[in-house]
Amino acid sequence: MASISLDGIAHAYEPNPSGDADYALKPMHYQWEDGGAYALLGPSGCGKTTLLNIISGLLRPSHGRVLFGGQDVTNLPVEQRNIAQVFQFPVVYETMTVAENLAFPLRNRGMSRLESKQRVAEVLDMLGIASLAQQKASSLAAEFKQIVSLGRGLVRNDASAILFDEPLTVIDPTLKWELRAQLKKVHRQFNHTMIYVTHDQTEALTFADKVVVMRDGEVLQVGTPQELFDAPQHTFVGKFIGSPGMNILPCQVHGDCASVAAHRIPLAASYTALPGKLELGIRPEYIDLVECGTSDNAIPVSLLGVDDLGRHKVVAVGLDGLTVQALLPEGASLPTAPAMVFRPGHVKIYSDSVLVSSL
Amino acid sequence: MKKWNNRAWLLVLPMLVLVAFSGVIPLMTVVNYSLQDSFGNNQFFWVGTEWFEEVLHSERFHNALGRNLLFSGIVLAIEIPLGIAIALAMPTRGIGVSICLVLMALPLLIPWNVVGTIWQIFGRVDIGLLGHTLAQWGVDYNYAQSPLAAWITIIAMDVWHWTSLVVLLSYSGLVAVPDAYYQAARIDGASRWAVFRYIQLPRMKRVLLIAVLLRFMDSFMIYTEPFVLTGGGPGNSTTFLSIDLVQIAIGQFDLGPAAAMSLVYFLIILLLSWVFYTVMTKADEEAS
Repeated sequence: MASISLDGIAHAYEPNPSGDADYALKPMHYQWEDGGAYALLGPSGCGKTTLLNIISGLLRPSHGRVLFGGQDVTNLPVEQRNIAQVFQFPVVYETMTVAENLAFPLRNRGMSRLESKQRVAEVLDMLGIASLAQQKASSLAAEFKQIVSLGRGLVRNDASAILFDEPLTVIDPTLKWELRAQLKKVHRQFNHTMIYVTHDQTEALTFADKVVVMRDGEVLQVGTPQELFDAPQHTFVGKFIGSPGMNILPCQVHGDCASVAAHRIPLAASYTALPGKLELGIRPEYIDLVECGTSDNAIPVSLLGVDDLGRHKVVAVGLDGLTVQALLPEGASLPTAPAMVFRPGHVKIYSDSVLVSSL
Repeated sequence: MKKWNNRAWLLVLPMLVLVAFSGVIPLMTVVNYSLQDSFGNNQFFWVGTEWFEEVLHSERFHNALGRNLLFSGIVLAIEIPLGIAIALAMPTRGIGVSICLVLMALPLLIPWNVVGTIWQIFGRVDIGLLGHTLAQWGVDYNYAQSPLAAWITIIAMDVWHWTSLVVLLSYSGLVAVPDAYYQAARIDGASRWAVFRYIQLPRMKRVLLIAVLLRFMDSFMIYTEPFVLTGGGPGNSTTFLSIDLVQIAIGQFDLGPAAAMSLVYFLIILLLSWVFYTVMTKADEEAS
């Protein structure tokens, strides 16, 4: 177990990167704590798997250093990094039984037969596949194969870190929740440093202590799920996290007041004159729909559509050609002449997509 | 009561005719010869199983069969491991792939007797590059006189000609292994041997079964190479079943014994192929 530092890591697949676009991963400095559970979250092709492979050593970064617990491992091959990794698609050794599969990483590292047997039994129990122990791995269904690969990742107690590359993609939803809970339990029990790559925000937010949101080879924000929800540092994070994501509206800002399409919106704090393209961000959860005229700050809007999600309704409203999504709690009725009110404390201002702090 | 539609036979008829002319009729002709003794003027006498008994008890047949088994054994023992080794060493991406594949396919395109002729000339002590060079170095290599040299030459020919087939089949199994398997093996700290044993070999198993069957059947039918090289000599040292068969059928014009011998020969190939197939698919089933 070790902390992981990325010291100026960047990666380009082509030999001589000239512009930003040539980098699969843009230069970054991060220090990830020992025993933390991190999720790398981002859309497909954002570089999260590249970053994971750099940490595990399957890929050598073209720039920068990787340190495990202060020791430079950039040039160490995978075998010597003492890392466990679980891949997106199940990898099992088909001629071996389930138990042999789990014992394989242990035996390769010279653990005695007896010791490995005990450890394998523990992992089999933990994953609830003890009954399959003596079956040939090739006879298993895809999702059980993936559980076996997961088990091979968890079987080594001494691994510096366990990396997961979208490991639950092939597993059906009910089992997914169960396995995620298991992983969480394993994490609490053994305190491994875990890094979990996913494009599914629910998975990231439920699994990780810290979520790393990436886009186009760049880390946009590292934060707890709460931080990502309350204070997205970048409009992309706001839109990507949350369901539906944050509303981002072009605006102008004067002191403690913003204006969107000629409507005044009071802010909780005042801002200096801001450069760049200004946008206002507000989560659907913090927009109240009221009857027109009941409040001073209510902005009259047109109703575009309603999605009933059971627990709440997502209401799309139009404001001078802009679409805004708001949540209507269960049981609340739609106003006949709707108007929306933004709760001032939750309105964020972005300049060139980056969060601006108030004065 | 089920109603039969007899017109369905019409659809099967073309295939039946084809099979009859290509397989059944020639085979039955051979069976016919094998049970009779023939003289000139188309006179035939029923002899029952006499020819079969004669063939099965003849030392000549036993010797030729022994040579065949030894030859197929040696050829398989060299070509299968060598083919796997070459396939493992081949590149899996980049321009090297096509270059290697073309180079590997080249020997397969050359006809048997051409291969025989190439090596026959290559190995000649007076003018052949190999034979003459070896003679210069003082190596006693002369396939026209030494049975060992003749065997080595024929085996070299076959290995040169057909190892590519094993390579191509093994390679097709290897490229079907997803990268994640190799990555997982590195993460699990697997040795090179373990990667071969637990990842690559299981993936190659099916194609290797085909490779072994093809190479066995084909090597067991060896004819052209020894025929071109020494005509079965020196002495009888490279007289394989097929060469012997031709000598009996065409050289001596003993149709009865020749027919009996070809049937026995055919059944031996069939039997051994079946044994190989059963053993290897059994192993495969147990694995899965």
